[in-house]
Amino acid sequence: MKTNFLMLHTITRIVSFIVLSFSVYLFFAGHNAPGGGFIGGLMMAGALILLYVTFDAERINRVLPFDYTAIIAIGLLLAIVTGLNSYLFGDPFLTQYFEYYQIPFVGEVELTTALPFDLGILLVVVAVALLTIISIAEDVS
Amino acid sequence: MSLLHFVVLAPFVMAIFLPFLYYKFRSIHTGWFLLPLPLILFIYVATYIPFGGGGMEAVEHTVQWVPSLGINFTVYLDGLSMLFALLITGIGTLVVLYSIFYIANKPDEPLNNFYVYLLMFMGAMLGVVLSDNLIVLYVFWELTSLSSSLLIAYWFHKEKSRYGAQKSMLITVSGGFAMLAGFALLYIIAGNTFSIQEIISQADAIVQDPLILPAMLLILLGAFTKSAQFPFHIWLPDAMEAPTPVSAYLHSATMVKAGIYLVARLTPVFGLTAEWFWILVIFGLTTLLWGSISAVRQTDLKGILAFSTVSQLGLIMALLGMGAAALHYDFIETETMYYTATMAAVFHLINHATFKGALFMAVGIIDHETGTRDVKRLGGLMAIMPVTFTVSLVGLAAMAGLPPFNGFLSKEMFFTATLNVASLDIFNLETLGVFIPIVAWIASVFTFVYSMMMFTRTFTGEFKPENYEKEVHEAPAGLLISPIILGSLVILFGLFPNLLGYTLIEPAMQAILPGITPVGEQFYVNIYHWHGINTELLMTVAVVLFGLAIALNLKKWAEAAFFQRERDPLNRAYDFGLDQLVVQSQNVTNFHMTGRLRDYMLYMSVFIVGLGMYTFFRYNSLDINLEGQGGIPGYAILVIGGLIASTLVLPFVHKRITNLVLLGVIGFLVALLFVIFRAPDLALTQLLVETVMVVLFLLVFRHMPEITKEKKAPLTTTVKALVSGAVGIFVILTGLSVHALRAESDITPISDFFIENSVPLAGGYNMVNVILVDFRGLDTLLEVLVLGIAALGIVTLIKHRLKGDEDV
Repeated sequence: MKTNFLMLHTITRIVSFIVLSFSVYLFFAGHNAPGGGFIGGLMMAGALILLYVTFDAERINRVLPFDYTAIIAIGLLLAIVTGLNSYLFGDPFLTQYFEYYQIPFVGEVELTTALPFDLGILLVVVAVALLTIISIAEDVS
Repeated sequence: MSLLHFVVLAPFVMAIFLPFLYYKFRSIHTGWFLLPLPLILFIYVATYIPFGGGGMEAVEHTVQWVPSLGINFTVYLDGLSMLFALLITGIGTLVVLYSIFYIANKPDEPLNNFYVYLLMFMGAMLGVVLSDNLIVLYVFWELTSLSSSLLIAYWFHKEKSRYGAQKSMLITVSGGFAMLAGFALLYIIAGNTFSIQEIISQADAIVQDPLILPAMLLILLGAFTKSAQFPFHIWLPDAMEAPTPVSAYLHSATMVKAGIYLVARLTPVFGLTAEWFWILVIFGLTTLLWGSISAVRQTDLKGILAFSTVSQLGLIMALLGMGAAALHYDFIETETMYYTATMAAVFHLINHATFKGALFMAVGIIDHETGTRDVKRLGGLMAIMPVTFTVSLVGLAAMAGLPPFNGFLSKEMFFTATLNVASLDIFNLETLGVFIPIVAWIASVFTFVYSMMMFTRTFTGEFKPENYEKEVHEAPAGLLISPIILGSLVILFGLFPNLLGYTLIEPAMQAILPGITPVGEQFYVNIYHWHGINTELLMTVAVVLFGLAIALNLKKWAEAAFFQRERDPLNRAYDFGLDQLVVQSQNVTNFHMTGRLRDYMLYMSVFIVGLGMYTFFRYNSLDINLEGQGGIPGYAILVIGGLIASTLVLPFVHKRITNLVLLGVIGFLVALLFVIFRAPDLALTQLLVETVMVVLFLLVFRHMPEITKEKKAPLTTTVKALVSGAVGIFVILTGLSVHALRAESDITPISDFFIENSVPLAGGYNMVNVILVDFRGLDTLLEVLVLGIAALGIVTLIKHRLKGDEDV
């Protein structure tokens, strides 16, 4: 019997995008409000897992053709390279810098090197969660 | 960075580029690219030789590495390190040249591996002899073990190669570990410095320290394993599975002398103690005797040379021990007799490198051209390989200690040294000293015997073509250059020994025995062939006569059981130990790795509680003080009550899905607690983890077996309940004690720092996040690294699951 999860599909389509955008918000909010790479990453992983649970893996793999193993490496490298950056200024590894800028229409914006570092963390967290869950799910034996 | 630093680093840099050259210019033998490097280094180091006499000034350059721990890459070049650096680069050049012709450039020959390992070794060895910092020295020391092991296993398809590589690795590296511990002790004794020169400068105070003996023993363990001293020598004969250039280079001329170097280097520190003298002399002489006797039993030419090397290393070690006795005397009276031993050690070190190098290369040629090294099959090569024969004759005569070669001179000096030491009046030498010359003499007889044996059984006798798989002829010129050079040096140093006197021997002796010459003066080394008819000469004559007698009657004795046991009996102990290591570690693993998660939980809980309780007891830190506690709001009590209730229900539910729901309840209640205590980041994380975990649980659900009712003894259940209860009580007590002790002592909590500095230093208002990405960024980085490794581990376990018949 082929079941039709119409309700689930419809709701997921909407909800997953809300969750995804919320995770992006959490990630950026991180420096000054609750959130950050870990939390944003987990939230993003939750949204993606919801997609995987609702639709079949084949379709999601077509929409999101990511190699999560590579993403782990990319995330780690991003974090490390951000850290190495501080050697340019003669500071110890992983010294973070921040500066406030005036951007037209947006107002004062704080830019920090912690952001790319946190992005690396986010990528690793998302990829680890998905890689684990997908490889367990795809295991047929 | 000085040029001397580059001497150490150049081989490593070269090693990076060599594989590219190997693949790019496949038709050219890779060795040619490498050859100029040791030559240039040799010439550079040679510029430091004091050709005009007058001793040499030590050169020192420092590059900071970890200054906070006292670890700096300091290169220090004095007479001793110069001598070794010259040996390493000089013999290195000849060996590389020799290897070009020895290892043919066949398509499937991994020459890049060979030369990268060789370069790694060369750099590491230069690092050992040029570092002034004990930790840097240790790092390079272990690198030499590693590269030696890789080189022994170069032909890794042979089982014996792998066995030899593993053996040398296990023995030398475990010795190295002991040495590291010894260095750590020395660091403590010397008042927190790793610099050898600084340690030497306070040698007088160090000798009084009670820790000196353990430090000495541990360091000597490292030196003895590396320099193949009895009973650790067993790895050296098995290391002969390496290609012959490697044997000539690592296992005779340089690496095995690292232990000698260390002993010589630390003589000023430990030399004043009687233990140093006796340990070195006893182990050195035992090795000398055992090695020379064992060498006679060998039938493999390289085996003979291996045991011969063992015995000669013992000789040098014993000489260094005897030389240390010199530190006890006042030298201004220029009594040469006290430092003869050290002089002999340095001189023999050079001689041994030349004649043993030449002999190894000659044996390599024989192996290369005849296809065998078995003395039972060889014979009559004198006429067929005249050049190899000549080189071997020179080398063997030097090894046996015959005039006019350099071996004769150092052997005479060795006898002089033993006789001198026997007449000293310190360290109980009045009574025991008489044995030293006797042992030395017996060992020399056997040295003569195996030298004779190698000569007669390889070169004389009848040539039987049917014994060889190929047509035997003289080696090509390229293969002969290096042994000829070394053979010429044997003769040169034999005829004009004073060439070495002020250039190499005097500076090296100044480094080994500093401060025994008055400022501005120096040693004057004069080596003569003819001292008149004295005891030493008579001893040599007796050696030759007895040696000849034994060598000529060797056929009769060859039937004796003693000669049938070619393998060293100590090997049995090693093999037994290795087998037992595997068996016992399997037993230990099988005992505690039950495969049941609950057992592992039990171990962990017991250890946590045990350690924690011990800390309470040891530091008397259990304290309960409820003052200053805020009241607990009603809703918090409600949440905690829910937590406790759902936890208590958990063990009594026997349905997985119910368990899962209960765990979820606990998780969400904990998140709620976080909210109550105003930790939004924690609460968010907890909530999200719970959510993701539910999905994960659902996925692994179908893999789980049914929960079956197990028969459990009431005792196990009680024990488990008790342990669980103990963990709970322990955590509560810790919390209470922390609170109480914080009120008592005025420790400022670290959170204050973060609260104050989060905005000014890191520009973030969310302290938790600032800690994660900025203050403790390295922790976060490593945590996600662990996460990544764990995920890759899961993938590997699942996707590359064993099918059941593979062996792990």
